[in-house]
Amino acid sequence: MTRTTICMPCRLAAIAVAVGCAAAAFAWTAGWLTPKRLDAPHLIDTFETNYGVHPGYRRNHAKGLCVEGWFDSNGNGERVSRAAVFAPQQRTPVIGRFAIPGSNPSAPDASVPVRSFALLFKLADGEQWRTGMNSVPLFAVRTPREFYQQLVASKPDPATGKPDPAKLAAFNHAHPDTLPFRQWMATHTPSSSFANSRFYSINAFIATDAAGHARPVRWEVVPDTSYEPETAAQKAQPDFLSRDLDARLAAGPLRWHLILTVAAPGDPTDDATRQWPAARERIDAGTLVLQHASPQRIGQCRDVNYDPTVLPAGLAPSDDPLLAARSAAYAVSFNRRTREEATGAAAPAPSGQDSPP
Amino acid sequence: MKRETQHFTAVARLLHWLMAVLIVTMLFVGVGMVSTVSRLHDTLLALHRPLGIALLVLVVIRAGVRVTRGTPPLPADLPGWQRVGAKASHYALYAMMAAMPLIGWSMLSAGGYPVVLAPGVQLPPIAPHNVTLYAWLRAAHTWVALALYATVLLHFAAALFHALIRRDGVLASMARGEPRRRA
Repeated sequence: MTRTTICMPCRLAAIAVAVGCAAAAFAWTAGWLTPKRLDAPHLIDTFETNYGVHPGYRRNHAKGLCVEGWFDSNGNGERVSRAAVFAPQQRTPVIGRFAIPGSNPSAPDASVPVRSFALLFKLADGEQWRTGMNSVPLFAVRTPREFYQQLVASKPDPATGKPDPAKLAAFNHAHPDTLPFRQWMATHTPSSSFANSRFYSINAFIATDAAGHARPVRWEVVPDTSYEPETAAQKAQPDFLSRDLDARLAAGPLRWHLILTVAAPGDPTDDATRQWPAARERIDAGTLVLQHASPQRIGQCRDVNYDPTVLPAGLAPSDDPLLAARSAAYAVSFNRRTREEATGAAAPAPSGQDSPP
Repeated sequence: MKRETQHFTAVARLLHWLMAVLIVTMLFVGVGMVSTVSRLHDTLLALHRPLGIALLVLVVIRAGVRVTRGTPPLPADLPGWQRVGAKASHYALYAMMAAMPLIGWSMLSAGGYPVVLAPGVQLPPIAPHNVTLYAWLRAAHTWVALALYATVLLHFAAALFHALIRRDGVLASMARGEPRRRA
């Protein structure tokens, strides 16, 4: 019989090989065998290599502040999405966060020409809608790989503390996708306040209405407060954005309109470097009202990961490759900073500053 | 059948193999989704939560089946240390099978995430929104997952050892039913 003809060491070896293969497959899936693979920890490691570790803070958009308010839906959003947040007369509480890009939680506000606004809508039935928006309607790169390459090219030169212009130029030259973003930046002056800035979803999402029709959408919030450019006097104050917001909120609530832009067939949904034509249908879905701000060390937004793929029924991620990467990378950042909170490695809140410490 | 069976009951075997496939899938989905930045991340994450809750339901049913229907005896000639190892690893597998979904559910609760099983279908939180708690549970989810996979591999190796080295019918007791033919 075959059973008796196979030698004992052969049978033991067969067991070892089978178990070894199962272990190796797991290790490969986890990325342990491919340290150069671009994965989420690798992306966040690169932020830490470039800009250092600031325990307790987000690895990007580290400097920010928390806001609270609500969204009053007017019902128009139901035309594209069955999400309960768009029902007529529906008021949904929101926890928001204004921030500036970068890993340094005490960077001067004027050091970057972009601002961000993240929102968490707490729907009545336990659903949530989280979005992370930028003050620029498009993104510089299309894929996670390009984002990583851009990050590597932006590594500050130890001698100057700034990115090497030659490396950045080389990156831009090799990636013409970045041109629309750079052109937009060259023609727009940052606003004087979070309150008079527009913020855009950047990525496309899929909205589904009550009848099951699915359409790609992007969204933006448009302030009631009119635009004014950042001034030279403001640029001299490292924390002018939070001071300005506190002063404005002390005088009364601030409002934005939430606009859904509906794609036409053929508009790209997988390319955040390209805007849709200006003629696309725009739906004013209601009013976002903010009435309170607090420093991020004590505000409710501190413990929120603004993962843009946390969506209510009626909204879903599109095929934009950046969305999954944002979700994966934000989770790593959240895991690291919450671990720093738990182990006491996070810096305590310094006193005498109204800016996020 | 009242006589002492040498094989696991059909329902126990069904639960074992179904959960074996799901748990191994789940462990690979888990380590894959926290790593990849591709669109697979979204797909795997959407699969991970409902699969985890399904496994929680299955382990409760399975524990009930094990308590009420019992298990076939281990071979009488099995050395004591292997007997102890078998018992201990089985208890450890049950403990981790039950713990993993509960840790995952409470971890998402503590992190302030909605526990979405399908669009519009979410479970209530079972822990307070507290990032310190989240950090410990998140670490535990990883370490228990690694311990679970290590124990699964040990279990796999032991099954092969019974089948190929000892040839004592232990793997057959889970692989198939009682033979029809009786002496």
